Amino acid sequence: MDRVDAVVAKGEWLALIGPNGAGKTTLLRAVARLVPFAGEITLGGRPVTELRRAELARLIAVVPQEPSTPPWMTVAEYVLLGRTPHLGPLAKEGARDREAAARALLRLDLLPFADRRLGTLSGGEKQRVVVARALAQEAPIVLLDEPTAALDIGHQQQALDLLDGLREESGLTLVAAMHDLTLAAQYADRMLLLDGGRVAADGAPADVLTETLIASHYGAAIDVVPVGDRIAVVPRRASR
Amino acid sequence: MTSVAEHAADVRARGLTPVWACSAVGFLLLSLVVGVLAGPVDLGVGAVLESAAAHLHVPGFSTSLSPTEEAILWQIRVPRVILAALVGAMLALAGATYQGVFRNPLADPYLLGVAAGAGLGATIAIAYLPDGLRGQRMLPVAAFVGGSVAVVLTYAVGRSARRERDAATLILAGVTVTAFFTAWQTFVQQQNSETLQEVYSWILGNIPSTGWTDVVLILPYIAVAMVVIVALRRVVDVLNLGDDEAASLGIDVRRVRLALVVAATLGTAAAVAVTGLIGFVGIIVPHTIRLLTGVGYRALIPLSVVVGAGFLVLADVVARTALAPAEIPLGVVTAFFGAPFFALVLRTTRGGAA
Repeated sequence: MDRVDAVVAKGEWLALIGPNGAGKTTLLRAVARLVPFAGEITLGGRPVTELRRAELARLIAVVPQEPSTPPWMTVAEYVLLGRTPHLGPLAKEGARDREAAARALLRLDLLPFADRRLGTLSGGEKQRVVVARALAQEAPIVLLDEPTAALDIGHQQQALDLLDGLREESGLTLVAAMHDLTLAAQYADRMLLLDGGRVAADGAPADVLTETLIASHYGAAIDVVPVGDRIAVVPRRASR
Repeated sequence: MTSVAEHAADVRARGLTPVWACSAVGFLLLSLVVGVLAGPVDLGVGAVLESAAAHLHVPGFSTSLSPTEEAILWQIRVPRVILAALVGAMLALAGATYQGVFRNPLADPYLLGVAAGAGLGATIAIAYLPDGLRGQRMLPVAAFVGGSVAVVLTYAVGRSARRERDAATLILAGVTVTAFFTAWQTFVQQQNSETLQEVYSWILGNIPSTGWTDVVLILPYIAVAMVVIVALRRVVDVLNLGDDEAASLGIDVRRVRLALVVAATLGTAAAVAVTGLIGFVGIIVPHTIRLLTGVGYRALIPLSVVVGAGFLVLADVVARTALAPAEIPLGVVTAFFGAPFFALVLRTTRGGAA
């Protein structure tokens, strides 16, 4: 990564897009302080490097691309792990923590699943459980790495509608790395196009998803078409 | 809001349920009774209970045992049973801890080379330290140094061999380190043939009948290890999600892992310093508990302590009585049951993480 300069407003939905290896995941990991970086990343004016791990985790929740979901763990136990930054290293969950976990489960319609083992869930259900864990963390910022990669088109829409609803209700700030440009354009307020570790474009979906920008950074031939009040990206086969 | 509060009561992690806690404690008590009663001299349940009551100053009780029987009971049997319980608890706890910290279901203090490293440390101390300096108290320290070097080596070799997560790789690294340290230890032994016999019986693993000396020697190390690990048991569940996820949940992964590995290694080294190499306890006990209860580390860790204690007391009874009056080395007993069990765990693991 090199010279990435970006500001995310509170309550915004920012999509990180870019070809494979552009640095989307690395940027997310740097914000969560999971990889070392040069330069400065600040949250509400405070550099992330000055925060303790637990403080940082109370501000930022991460939904990884391939979360590990131990098959023996119950949904309730997994979601309660989201309370870790609110507990001392030696403490166990109290009534407030169980309430936060119950709220997250309720919000994602997972209460009936509370005692199910993770190993018995489908891919879509697991994805919801991971989001519930991030929600139980009660952090104002949620970073998502390809939140819909493992889902079919129906579950993709459900997951993103849900995240958008949560954003409106709780004023969450969402930063999501996304491969599917059309889905990204349907939901994000703003896009950051990364290529080769640098910011290639930054702006509203209509300004970033243009035929020229996509051609030069993805090497793809596309058409941009209006869908509803937003846009969609359609691949165009080169004429022979 | 009330509905959330109501639901919150149902959103619980399965901690220690009373049923499992009572079963484990019952198993331990039963093992202790069997351990105290079993032996070449039949003391009788009633007489043992009377003697215990007398020792506890319960009014109205006096012992009906002869002075020799009293000595057998309180200077040989009871300390040996307590020592076996301490060592068993520690080895099972260390196994569960290594499994959680390394996210590897095959981890065990014996298979990770910790035991061999501790053995080398202890042998070097016996062979080279001058009598005045060495004393008994230096043994656990020397064993700890050797065990720590071994676990670091095993982890480094395992990581360098393969980047991706593979449970078997770490164990192969452990086997390598064990072979190297055992060879080195044999060499030191041969150089110091006057201690040969002592060290040979040590390699095979035995609970020594040395009265209370060894119990007092290792108790502080094992107590510290247990307190640290049991206190951090919830964090082991978080570590089980992997380094990145644990860090993004606010855990200082390096520091917590270091604390856990140091505690497990310290306790194991102290145990190994007096009993020698007793393998597979850390595999058999935690995996049996998992199979029966399906619980996470927060319950598995305390259960391993209690069940591990009972397990090794019973294994020691087998070692003492199966070929009486001869004793089978305890390490032979645990390996006899442990190795097939390990094969079973290996079969169900398929190279994945715990």
